[in-house]
Amino acid sequence: MSDYYKADHLARFGEISQGNPDLAKKFFAWYGATFEDGALTKREKSLIALAVSHAVQCPYCIDAYTTGCLEAGSDLEEMTEAVHVAAAIKGGAALVHGLQMLEKAEERGM
Amino acid sequence: MEGLPILDGVDLRSPEAGPKPTRSLQSRGLDLSQPAAQLERLDSLALSTDADFDAYAAEAGFTPFTPAPLDIFQINVGKLCNMTCRHCHVDAGPDRTENMTLETVEQCLAALDRTTAHTVDITGGAPELNPHFRTLVDGCVARGKHVIDRCNLTVLLLPKLKDLPEYLADRGVEVVCSLPHHRARNTDAQRGDGTYEKSIEALRRLNAVGYGQGDPQRVLTLMTNPAGAFLAPDQASTELQWKRSLERHHGVTFDRLIALNNMPISRFLEWLEETGNLQGYMQKLLDAFNPGALAGVMCRNTVSVSWDGHIYDCDFNQMLDLPAVDRAGRALHVSDFPTATTQDRTIVTARHCFGCTAGAGSSCGGATA
Repeated sequence: MSDYYKADHLARFGEISQGNPDLAKKFFAWYGATFEDGALTKREKSLIALAVSHAVQCPYCIDAYTTGCLEAGSDLEEMTEAVHVAAAIKGGAALVHGLQMLEKAEERGM
Repeated sequence: MEGLPILDGVDLRSPEAGPKPTRSLQSRGLDLSQPAAQLERLDSLALSTDADFDAYAAEAGFTPFTPAPLDIFQINVGKLCNMTCRHCHVDAGPDRTENMTLETVEQCLAALDRTTAHTVDITGGAPELNPHFRTLVDGCVARGKHVIDRCNLTVLLLPKLKDLPEYLADRGVEVVCSLPHHRARNTDAQRGDGTYEKSIEALRRLNAVGYGQGDPQRVLTLMTNPAGAFLAPDQASTELQWKRSLERHHGVTFDRLIALNNMPISRFLEWLEETGNLQGYMQKLLDAFNPGALAGVMCRNTVSVSWDGHIYDCDFNQMLDLPAVDRAGRALHVSDFPTATTQDRTIVTARHCFGCTAGAGSSCGGATA
Protein backbone atom coordinates (compact mmCIF):
# COMPACT_ATOMS: atom_id res chain seq x y z
CA MET A 1 0.00 0.00 0.00
CA SER A 2 2.82 2.43 0.94
CA ASP A 3 3.99 2.39 -2.66
CA TYR A 4 0.64 3.78 -3.77
CA TYR A 5 -0.21 6.26 -0.99
CA LYS A 6 2.46 8.65 0.33
CA ALA A 7 1.53 11.37 2.85
CA ASP A 8 3.88 13.92 1.30
CA HIS A 9 1.95 13.78 -1.97
CA LEU A 10 -0.62 16.11 -0.41
CA ALA A 11 1.91 18.92 0.11
CA ARG A 12 3.39 18.18 -3.32
CA PHE A 13 0.01 18.27 -5.13
CA GLY A 14 1.12 21.37 -7.08
CA GLU A 15 3.75 19.29 -8.92
CA ILE A 16 0.93 17.89 -11.05
CA SER A 17 1.43 21.06 -13.12
CA GLN A 18 4.67 19.66 -14.59
CA GLY A 19 2.94 17.77 -17.41
CA ASN A 20 0.46 20.52 -18.24
CA PRO A 21 0.84 23.88 -16.41
CA ASP A 22 -2.17 25.42 -18.11
CA LEU A 23 -4.65 22.75 -17.04
CA ALA A 24 -3.20 22.70 -13.51
CA LYS A 25 -3.54 26.48 -13.25
CA LYS A 26 -7.18 26.27 -14.31
CA PHE A 27 -7.87 23.41 -11.90
CA PHE A 28 -6.31 25.14 -8.87
CA ALA A 29 -8.01 28.47 -9.63
CA TRP A 30 -11.38 26.75 -9.98
CA TYR A 31 -10.76 24.62 -6.89
CA GLY A 32 -9.86 27.70 -4.82
CA ALA A 33 -12.90 29.64 -6.02
CA THR A 34 -15.18 26.70 -5.20
CA PHE A 35 -14.27 26.93 -1.52
CA GLU A 36 -14.74 30.68 -1.09
CA ASP A 37 -17.67 31.95 1.00
CA GLY A 38 -20.73 32.12 -1.25
CA ALA A 39 -24.35 31.07 -0.77
CA LEU A 40 -22.70 28.39 1.38
CA THR A 41 -20.01 29.35 3.87
CA LYS A 42 -16.45 28.09 3.70
CA ARG A 43 -17.24 26.10 6.84
CA GLU A 44 -20.26 24.39 5.28
CA LYS A 45 -18.29 23.61 2.13
CA SER A 46 -15.47 22.13 4.20
CA LEU A 47 -17.95 19.82 5.97
CA ILE A 48 -19.34 18.71 2.58
CA ALA A 49 -15.76 18.13 1.39
CA LEU A 50 -14.98 16.07 4.49
CA ALA A 51 -18.05 13.90 3.92
CA VAL A 52 -17.26 13.42 0.22
CA SER A 53 -13.64 12.62 1.11
CA HIS A 54 -14.91 9.65 3.10
CA ALA A 55 -17.35 8.60 0.39
CA VAL A 56 -14.57 8.57 -2.21
CA GLN A 57 -12.19 7.18 0.45
CA CYS A 58 -9.37 9.58 -0.39
CA PRO A 59 -6.75 9.72 2.42
CA TYR A 60 -5.29 12.98 1.09
CA CYS A 61 -8.70 14.64 1.14
CA ILE A 62 -9.46 13.31 4.63
CA ASP A 63 -6.15 14.74 5.90
CA ALA A 64 -6.75 18.10 4.20
CA TYR A 65 -10.40 18.53 5.23
CA THR A 66 -9.98 17.38 8.83
CA THR A 67 -7.65 20.38 9.27
CA GLY A 68 -9.80 22.46 6.92
CA CYS A 69 -12.94 21.86 8.99
CA LEU A 70 -11.15 22.64 12.27
CA GLU A 71 -9.71 25.85 10.81
CA ALA A 72 -13.16 26.81 9.55
CA GLY A 73 -14.48 26.55 13.13
CA SER A 74 -16.11 23.12 13.18
CA ASP A 75 -15.64 20.70 16.06
CA LEU A 76 -15.38 16.91 16.25
CA GLU A 77 -19.13 16.51 16.86
CA GLU A 78 -20.05 18.31 13.64
CA MET A 79 -17.32 16.55 11.66
CA THR A 80 -18.41 13.13 12.94
CA GLU A 81 -22.01 13.86 11.92
CA ALA A 82 -20.78 14.82 8.44
CA VAL A 83 -18.90 11.50 8.15
CA HIS A 84 -22.05 9.65 9.25
CA VAL A 85 -23.96 11.40 6.47
CA ALA A 86 -21.41 10.08 3.97
CA ALA A 87 -21.56 6.61 5.51
CA ALA A 88 -25.38 6.67 5.51
CA ILE A 89 -25.45 7.56 1.82
CA LYS A 90 -22.88 4.87 1.02
CA GLY A 91 -24.83 2.34 3.09
CA GLY A 92 -28.16 3.44 1.67
CA ALA A 93 -26.75 3.34 -1.85
CA ALA A 94 -25.71 -0.27 -1.31
CA LEU A 95 -28.97 -1.23 0.32
CA VAL A 96 -31.31 0.41 -2.18
CA HIS A 97 -29.74 -1.80 -4.88
CA GLY A 98 -31.43 -4.57 -2.93
CA LEU A 99 -34.54 -3.60 -4.80
CA GLN A 100 -32.87 -4.82 -8.00
CA MET A 101 -32.13 -8.04 -6.18
CA LEU A 102 -35.71 -8.21 -5.01
CA GLU A 103 -37.16 -7.70 -8.47
CA LYS A 104 -34.77 -10.25 -9.99
CA ALA A 105 -35.61 -12.71 -7.27
CA GLU A 106 -39.33 -12.18 -7.87
CA GLU A 107 -38.78 -12.60 -11.63
CA ARG A 108 -36.81 -15.79 -11.24
CA GLY A 109 -38.50 -17.30 -8.28
CA MET A 110 -41.85 -19.03 -7.90
CA MET B 1 -4.23 33.39 55.21
CA GLU B 2 -2.12 36.19 53.79
CA GLY B 3 -0.14 35.07 50.74
CA LEU B 4 -2.55 32.25 50.00
CA PRO B 5 -4.83 32.60 46.97
CA ILE B 6 -8.01 32.69 49.03
CA LEU B 7 -10.84 35.05 48.18
CA ASP B 8 -13.72 35.35 50.68
CA GLY B 9 -13.14 31.80 51.85
CA VAL B 10 -12.87 30.35 48.33
CA ASP B 11 -9.48 28.79 47.63
CA LEU B 12 -8.53 29.74 44.05
CA ARG B 13 -6.55 26.48 43.86
CA SER B 14 -9.75 24.43 44.23
CA PRO B 15 -11.63 23.01 41.23
CA GLU B 16 -14.75 24.84 42.45
CA ALA B 17 -13.02 28.19 41.92
CA GLY B 18 -12.28 27.37 38.28
CA PRO B 19 -11.35 24.43 36.00
CA LYS B 20 -7.70 23.31 36.07
CA PRO B 21 -6.69 20.88 33.33
CA THR B 22 -3.00 21.35 34.14
CA ARG B 23 -0.64 23.22 36.49
CA SER B 24 1.67 26.12 35.76
CA LEU B 25 5.03 25.25 34.20
CA GLN B 26 6.62 27.16 37.05
CA SER B 27 4.92 25.10 39.76
CA ARG B 28 6.18 21.95 38.04
CA GLY B 29 9.71 23.36 38.01
CA LEU B 30 10.06 22.85 34.26
CA ASP B 31 12.89 24.26 32.20
CA LEU B 32 10.25 25.41 29.71
CA SER B 33 8.96 27.93 32.27
CA GLN B 34 12.07 30.00 31.41
CA PRO B 35 11.61 32.44 28.49
CA ALA B 36 15.11 31.75 27.19
CA ALA B 37 14.34 28.03 26.99
CA GLN B 38 11.17 28.76 25.00
CA LEU B 39 12.98 31.01 22.52
CA GLU B 40 15.72 28.41 22.13
CA ARG B 41 13.15 25.68 21.35
CA LEU B 42 11.67 27.78 18.53
CA ASP B 43 15.07 28.87 17.18
CA SER B 44 16.34 25.30 17.04
CA LEU B 45 13.55 24.08 14.73
CA ALA B 46 14.68 23.30 11.19
CA LEU B 47 12.08 24.99 8.98
CA SER B 48 11.74 25.46 5.22
CA THR B 49 13.38 28.92 5.44
CA ASP B 50 15.55 30.53 8.12
CA ALA B 51 12.31 32.01 9.51
CA ASP B 52 13.87 35.36 10.36
CA PHE B 53 10.83 37.54 11.11
CA ASP B 54 12.65 40.83 10.46
CA ALA B 55 13.63 39.59 6.99
CA TYR B 56 9.98 38.73 6.23
CA ALA B 57 8.90 42.16 7.53
CA ALA B 58 11.56 43.84 5.37
CA GLU B 59 10.34 41.91 2.33
CA ALA B 60 6.85 43.30 3.09
CA GLY B 61 8.22 46.86 3.20
CA PHE B 62 8.99 47.36 6.88
CA THR B 63 12.69 48.25 7.11
CA PRO B 64 12.99 48.37 10.04
CA PHE B 65 9.80 47.08 11.67
CA THR B 66 8.58 50.10 13.65
CA PRO B 67 5.43 51.20 15.52
CA ALA B 68 2.59 53.41 14.26
CA PRO B 69 0.97 56.04 16.56
CA LEU B 70 -0.07 54.64 19.94
CA ASP B 71 -3.77 53.72 20.28
CA ILE B 72 -3.88 51.09 22.99
CA PHE B 73 -2.29 50.97 26.42
CA GLN B 74 -2.44 47.33 27.49
CA ILE B 75 -1.89 46.60 31.17
CA ASN B 76 -1.19 43.07 32.38
CA VAL B 77 -1.98 43.36 36.08
CA GLY B 78 -0.59 39.96 37.02
CA LYS B 79 -0.43 36.21 36.56
CA LEU B 80 -2.90 35.17 39.26
CA CYS B 81 -5.79 33.16 37.80
CA ASN B 82 -8.55 30.85 38.99
CA MET B 83 -7.94 28.62 35.93
CA THR B 84 -4.95 26.87 34.32
CA CYS B 85 -5.83 26.53 30.62
CA ARG B 86 -3.61 24.22 28.55
CA HIS B 87 -2.70 26.88 26.01
CA CYS B 88 -2.02 29.81 28.41
CA HIS B 89 0.79 32.01 27.10
CA VAL B 90 1.13 33.69 30.50
CA ASP B 91 1.64 30.43 32.46
CA ALA B 92 -0.99 31.88 34.78
CA GLY B 93 -2.61 30.03 37.67
CA PRO B 94 -3.56 30.22 41.34
CA ASP B 95 0.06 29.66 42.34
CA ARG B 96 1.33 32.72 40.45
CA THR B 97 1.57 35.56 42.95
CA GLU B 98 2.94 38.27 40.64
CA ASN B 99 0.36 41.06 40.97
CA MET B 100 0.48 44.78 40.22
CA THR B 101 0.77 46.98 43.32
CA LEU B 102 -1.26 50.14 43.94
CA GLU B 103 1.89 52.18 43.36
CA THR B 104 2.33 50.74 39.85
CA VAL B 105 -1.41 51.19 39.16
CA GLU B 106 -0.95 54.86 40.00
CA GLN B 107 2.10 55.07 37.74
CA CYS B 108 -0.02 53.61 34.91
CA LEU B 109 -2.75 56.20 35.48
CA ALA B 110 -0.17 59.00 35.54
CA ALA B 111 1.28 57.68 32.26
CA LEU B 112 -2.23 57.72 30.74
CA ASP B 113 -2.42 61.45 31.44
CA ARG B 114 0.62 61.84 29.22
CA THR B 115 -0.43 59.68 26.24
CA THR B 116 -2.85 59.95 23.37
CA ALA B 117 -3.86 56.29 23.70
CA HIS B 118 -7.67 56.13 23.55
CA THR B 119 -8.06 52.60 24.90
CA VAL B 120 -6.87 50.79 28.01
CA ASP B 121 -6.87 47.02 27.63
CA ILE B 122 -6.65 45.27 31.01
CA THR B 123 -5.49 41.68 31.03
CA GLY B 124 -3.78 39.08 33.23
CA GLY B 125 -4.08 36.26 34.61
CA ALA B 126 -7.63 36.99 35.60
CA PRO B 127 -7.27 40.77 35.97
CA GLU B 128 -10.37 41.00 38.16
CA LEU B 129 -8.49 39.11 40.90
CA ASN B 130 -6.01 41.95 41.35
CA PRO B 131 -7.05 43.84 44.54
CA HIS B 132 -6.58 47.18 42.74
CA PHE B 133 -8.57 46.24 39.61
CA ARG B 134 -11.44 48.62 40.36
CA THR B 135 -9.08 51.48 41.25
CA LEU B 136 -7.47 51.02 37.85
CA VAL B 137 -10.80 50.81 35.98
CA ASP B 138 -12.22 53.85 37.77
CA GLY B 139 -9.05 55.83 37.04
CA CYS B 140 -9.18 54.96 33.34
CA VAL B 141 -12.89 55.78 33.06
CA ALA B 142 -12.34 59.11 34.84
CA ARG B 143 -9.75 59.92 32.17
CA GLY B 144 -12.29 59.25 29.41
CA LYS B 145 -10.57 56.12 28.12
CA HIS B 146 -12.33 53.20 26.46
CA VAL B 147 -11.67 50.34 28.87
CA ILE B 148 -11.45 46.65 27.97
CA ASP B 149 -11.58 43.88 30.58
CA ARG B 150 -10.15 40.59 29.23
CA CYS B 151 -12.28 38.16 31.18
CA ASN B 152 -12.07 34.36 31.43
CA LEU B 153 -15.83 34.26 32.24
CA THR B 154 -15.60 31.64 35.02
CA VAL B 155 -14.13 34.25 37.37
CA LEU B 156 -17.49 36.04 37.32
CA LEU B 157 -19.01 33.10 39.22
CA LEU B 158 -16.79 33.61 42.28
CA PRO B 159 -19.04 34.84 45.14
CA LYS B 160 -16.69 37.76 45.85
CA LEU B 161 -17.08 39.05 42.28
CA LYS B 162 -20.83 38.57 41.81
CA ASP B 163 -21.41 42.32 41.53
CA LEU B 164 -18.77 42.67 38.82
CA PRO B 165 -21.07 42.52 35.73
CA GLU B 166 -23.09 45.45 37.10
CA TYR B 167 -19.92 47.35 38.09
CA LEU B 168 -18.50 46.96 34.56
CA ALA B 169 -21.84 47.83 32.91
CA ASP B 170 -22.18 51.02 34.96
CA ARG B 171 -18.81 52.18 33.65
CA GLY B 172 -19.29 51.19 30.01
CA VAL B 173 -16.36 48.74 30.14
CA GLU B 174 -16.10 46.46 27.09
CA VAL B 175 -15.82 42.85 28.20
CA VAL B 176 -13.72 40.61 25.95
CA CYS B 177 -14.39 37.03 26.99
CA SER B 178 -12.39 33.93 26.18
CA LEU B 179 -14.53 31.18 24.68
CA PRO B 180 -12.61 28.84 22.34
CA HIS B 181 -15.73 27.38 20.74
CA HIS B 182 -19.48 27.88 20.72
CA ARG B 183 -19.98 24.28 21.82
CA ALA B 184 -18.70 22.40 24.86
CA ARG B 185 -16.20 19.88 23.51
CA ASN B 186 -13.39 22.14 22.27
CA THR B 187 -13.98 24.68 25.04
CA ASP B 188 -13.52 22.10 27.79
CA ALA B 189 -10.62 20.41 25.95
CA GLN B 190 -8.62 23.64 26.08
CA ARG B 191 -9.79 25.21 29.32
CA GLY B 192 -10.84 22.23 31.47
CA ASP B 193 -13.98 20.20 32.14
CA GLY B 194 -16.92 22.32 33.21
CA THR B 195 -15.59 25.52 31.67
CA TYR B 196 -18.30 25.67 29.03
CA GLU B 197 -21.17 25.38 31.48
CA LYS B 198 -19.68 28.03 33.78
CA SER B 199 -18.96 30.29 30.80
CA ILE B 200 -22.57 30.12 29.61
CA GLU B 201 -23.77 31.02 33.10
CA ALA B 202 -21.36 33.99 33.17
CA LEU B 203 -22.59 35.12 29.74
CA ARG B 204 -26.18 34.99 31.05
CA ARG B 205 -25.18 37.26 33.93
CA LEU B 206 -23.55 39.70 31.48
CA ASN B 207 -26.67 39.62 29.27
CA ALA B 208 -28.81 40.28 32.36
CA VAL B 209 -27.10 43.65 32.98
CA GLY B 210 -27.43 44.71 29.34
CA TYR B 211 -24.27 43.32 27.73
CA GLY B 212 -24.37 41.80 24.24
CA GLN B 213 -27.46 43.55 22.96
CA GLY B 214 -26.03 46.17 20.63
CA ASP B 215 -25.58 48.89 23.27
CA PRO B 216 -22.23 50.62 22.60
CA GLN B 217 -21.89 51.15 26.37
CA ARG B 218 -22.29 47.40 27.04
CA VAL B 219 -20.15 45.72 24.40
CA LEU B 220 -19.71 41.97 24.85
CA THR B 221 -16.98 40.56 22.63
CA LEU B 222 -16.16 36.86 22.46
CA MET B 223 -12.64 35.73 21.64
CA THR B 224 -12.01 32.37 20.03
CA ASN B 225 -8.70 30.62 19.66
CA PRO B 226 -8.16 27.12 18.29
CA ALA B 227 -8.24 24.10 20.59
CA GLY B 228 -5.28 22.50 18.84
CA ALA B 229 -2.47 22.90 16.32
CA PHE B 230 -4.42 24.70 13.60
CA LEU B 231 -5.19 28.30 12.63
CA ALA B 232 -8.10 30.41 13.84
CA PRO B 233 -11.27 30.51 11.73
CA ASP B 234 -12.40 33.45 9.61
CA GLN B 235 -13.98 35.69 12.24
CA ALA B 236 -16.64 37.36 10.08
CA SER B 237 -18.32 34.22 8.77
CA THR B 238 -17.85 32.42 12.08
CA GLU B 239 -19.50 35.20 14.08
CA LEU B 240 -22.87 34.66 12.43
CA GLN B 241 -22.77 30.93 13.09
CA TRP B 242 -21.80 31.46 16.75
CA LYS B 243 -24.62 33.97 17.25
CA ARG B 244 -27.18 31.51 15.90
CA SER B 245 -25.77 28.62 17.92
CA LEU B 246 -25.48 30.38 21.29
CA GLU B 247 -28.91 31.96 20.95
CA ARG B 248 -30.58 28.72 19.84
CA HIS B 249 -28.96 26.46 22.45
CA HIS B 250 -28.68 28.83 25.41
CA GLY B 251 -30.59 32.06 24.69
CA VAL B 252 -27.27 33.93 25.04
CA THR B 253 -26.35 36.93 22.88
CA PHE B 254 -23.11 38.79 22.20
CA ASP B 255 -21.97 41.68 20.00
CA ARG B 256 -18.93 40.51 18.10
CA LEU B 257 -16.46 37.68 17.71
CA ILE B 258 -12.71 38.03 17.35
CA ALA B 259 -10.44 35.14 16.34
CA LEU B 260 -6.82 34.72 17.46
CA ASN B 261 -4.12 32.20 16.65
CA ASN B 262 -2.31 30.46 19.49
CA MET B 263 1.28 31.53 20.09
CA PRO B 264 3.85 28.74 20.22
CA ILE B 265 5.09 29.82 23.65
CA SER B 266 4.65 28.84 27.31
CA ARG B 267 2.00 26.17 27.98
CA PHE B 268 0.86 25.95 24.34
CA LEU B 269 4.50 25.31 23.43
CA GLU B 270 4.57 22.53 26.02
CA TRP B 271 1.42 21.00 24.51
CA LEU B 272 2.83 21.27 20.96
CA GLU B 273 6.02 19.50 22.05
CA GLU B 274 4.24 16.78 24.01
CA THR B 275 1.92 15.94 21.14
CA GLY B 276 4.55 16.03 18.39
CA ASN B 277 2.89 19.06 16.78
CA LEU B 278 5.58 21.69 17.28
CA GLN B 279 7.48 21.35 14.02
CA GLY B 280 4.29 21.14 11.94
CA TYR B 281 2.64 24.06 13.69
CA MET B 282 5.64 26.39 13.37
CA GLN B 283 5.96 25.45 9.69
CA LYS B 284 2.24 26.12 9.24
CA LEU B 285 2.61 29.62 10.75
CA LEU B 286 5.55 30.28 8.44
CA ASP B 287 3.77 28.95 5.32
CA ALA B 288 0.71 31.08 6.15
CA PHE B 289 2.74 34.33 6.51
CA ASN B 290 0.48 37.08 5.18
CA PRO B 291 2.25 40.39 4.37
CA GLY B 292 -1.19 42.05 4.33
CA ALA B 293 -1.64 41.20 8.01
CA LEU B 294 1.57 42.91 9.07
CA ALA B 295 0.56 46.58 9.12
CA GLY B 296 -2.26 45.91 11.60
CA VAL B 297 -0.50 43.72 14.17
CA MET B 298 -0.89 44.97 17.72
CA CYS B 299 2.77 45.70 18.47
CA ARG B 300 2.48 48.64 16.06
CA ASN B 301 -0.31 50.52 17.92
CA THR B 302 -0.13 49.03 21.42
CA VAL B 303 2.30 49.00 24.30
CA SER B 304 2.11 46.28 26.91
CA VAL B 305 2.83 47.07 30.58
CA SER B 306 3.77 44.26 32.96
CA TRP B 307 2.66 43.84 36.58
CA ASP B 308 5.95 45.45 37.68
CA GLY B 309 5.67 48.41 35.29
CA HIS B 310 8.02 47.42 32.48
CA ILE B 311 7.04 48.17 28.88
CA TYR B 312 6.94 45.60 26.08
CA ASP B 313 5.93 45.65 22.41
CA CYS B 314 3.18 43.12 23.17
CA ASP B 315 1.93 40.72 25.84
CA PHE B 316 3.76 37.81 24.14
CA ASN B 317 7.11 39.63 24.24
CA GLN B 318 6.33 40.39 27.87
CA MET B 319 6.01 36.68 28.64
CA LEU B 320 9.21 35.97 26.69
CA ASP B 321 11.07 38.64 28.66
CA LEU B 322 11.86 40.68 25.52
CA PRO B 323 11.48 44.30 26.74
CA ALA B 324 10.83 47.27 24.46
CA VAL B 325 13.92 49.41 24.15
CA ASP B 326 14.39 52.95 22.88
CA ARG B 327 17.00 54.02 20.31
CA ALA B 328 19.57 54.37 23.07
CA GLY B 329 19.00 50.76 24.07
CA ARG B 330 17.26 51.66 27.35
CA ALA B 331 14.41 49.43 28.54
CA LEU B 332 11.23 51.48 28.92
CA HIS B 333 9.33 51.70 32.22
CA VAL B 334 5.83 53.05 32.82
CA SER B 335 7.14 55.58 35.36
CA ASP B 336 8.94 57.50 32.61
CA PHE B 337 6.39 56.80 29.90
CA PRO B 338 5.97 58.21 27.38
CA THR B 339 9.18 59.80 26.35
CA ALA B 340 9.35 61.75 23.11
CA THR B 341 10.97 58.75 21.48
CA THR B 342 8.62 56.05 22.75
CA GLN B 343 7.14 55.22 19.36
CA ASP B 344 10.50 55.85 17.69
CA ARG B 345 11.89 52.39 18.31
CA THR B 346 12.30 49.10 16.52
CA ILE B 347 9.89 46.35 17.53
CA VAL B 348 11.62 43.36 19.09
CA THR B 349 10.82 40.18 17.15
CA ALA B 350 11.54 36.46 17.21
CA ARG B 351 10.03 33.38 15.57
CA HIS B 352 6.85 33.45 17.72
CA CYS B 353 5.87 36.63 15.81
CA PHE B 354 4.78 34.47 12.86
CA GLY B 355 1.75 33.60 15.01
CA CYS B 356 0.41 37.14 14.52
CA THR B 357 0.93 37.23 10.73
CA ALA B 358 -0.45 33.80 9.82
CA GLY B 359 -3.60 33.57 7.72
CA ALA B 360 -5.94 36.47 8.39
CA GLY B 361 -3.52 37.86 10.98
CA SER B 362 -4.01 37.73 14.71
CA SER B 363 -3.76 40.25 17.53
CA CYS B 364 -5.59 41.22 20.70
CA GLY B 365 -8.18 42.92 18.49
CA GLY B 366 -8.63 39.80 16.31
CA ALA B 367 -7.83 39.46 12.59
CA THR B 368 -5.55 42.15 11.15
CA ALA B 369 -5.70 41.57 7.38
